Amino acid sequence: MPLRFTTSRAVLASLLMAGSLLAACSPDSATTATQPERLPVLGLKHNAPTSPADTLPDPVPAFRLTNQQGQVITNQTFAGKVYVTDFFFATCPSICPKMQSELLRVYKQFEGNPNVLFLSHTIDPAHDSIPVLRDYAERLGVRDASRWHFATASHDTIFALAKAYMTAAQVDKTVQGGFAHSGAFALIDSQRRIRGVYDGMEKAQVDQLIQDLPLLLKEEQLETAPATK
Amino acid sequence: MSRATGTRLQRGLLLAATATVAAGSLSGCFTERQNEGAKLYATHCASCHGDQGQGLQRLIPPVAASDYVAQRRADLPCLIRKGMKGPLVVNGIGYNQVMPGHEDLTDSQITNLLNFLQTNWGNRNQTYTIREVSDLLGRCNGSDGQ
Repeated sequence: MPLRFTTSRAVLASLLMAGSLLAACSPDSATTATQPERLPVLGLKHNAPTSPADTLPDPVPAFRLTNQQGQVITNQTFAGKVYVTDFFFATCPSICPKMQSELLRVYKQFEGNPNVLFLSHTIDPAHDSIPVLRDYAERLGVRDASRWHFATASHDTIFALAKAYMTAAQVDKTVQGGFAHSGAFALIDSQRRIRGVYDGMEKAQVDQLIQDLPLLLKEEQLETAPATK
Repeated sequence: MSRATGTRLQRGLLLAATATVAAGSLSGCFTERQNEGAKLYATHCASCHGDQGQGLQRLIPPVAASDYVAQRRADLPCLIRKGMKGPLVVNGIGYNQVMPGHEDLTDSQITNLLNFLQTNWGNRNQTYTIREVSDLLGRCNGSDGQ
């Protein structure tokens, strides 16, 4: 059941999104004009907070991966940028081609914007060597590795990251290809916070991601503007 | 109840049962399997080969307007049954991916699926009979006789 997790995440994400949309429907037009629409910060803890720190979501943990060019990529690679991430494997016969073609659609929309990066993790590092990842990226039509990283690391690292990005990936010999994973895309801001989770198998949700990205970029711009003055 | 009435009743029941079975199998012929090829394509193939058979860049070959579909007609039943791995050329472009096999489809389902492909999306090729597909599947021991 690779998609089971996605649905509940997606419902959560859409509820949060619906909430933010409702908030934007304030009758006070002056407020809506000055307060830009903001994406929610996902991953808030469900338990009652015992200290102010408890209400903060866990940021994406520190990571160290290798991309299709053999270059090391870390959180620092994405500093000051926003990025979209997903989990796939090169020989995946079920949902990956559909997922990656949807992510390619997002990539094409923002191809001209260097502040938007993409990061696809392989969940089959034993097979998906660096040459395999490079071939996959090139066949998908991604020539610029600095914009869309196809990354590998140990299984443990990848599965822990999948959890951190609120998507699911695990070994499952009962499904085609040997791995169960969700087709989720996560949108991450420059402060390593998850700002959206979208089902990459659903065109409507991917369209939502394409609409949400400019909102996040605008917010990032506003927050960094005073510092650069 | 007399014996005669009992027999009549039994006969009536039997007739009713036969009628129900007949209606059931007829509806099976006329409704459930209508456009089966298109439905099977959507379920088993579209995620990789695209909802219009367009394929995916240079990763997954197209099945729409595909020279491979026309030229390798006799190999396609076994290709669907057993899957394939390794390089192939479609419309002059090289691909190298893994396609899973489909042991879950019957011979007649493979026939409907292939007939849909051979007559849609720019393919105008000869269709198959179920018998022919079963024979072609025999080459890879892939016929289930259904």
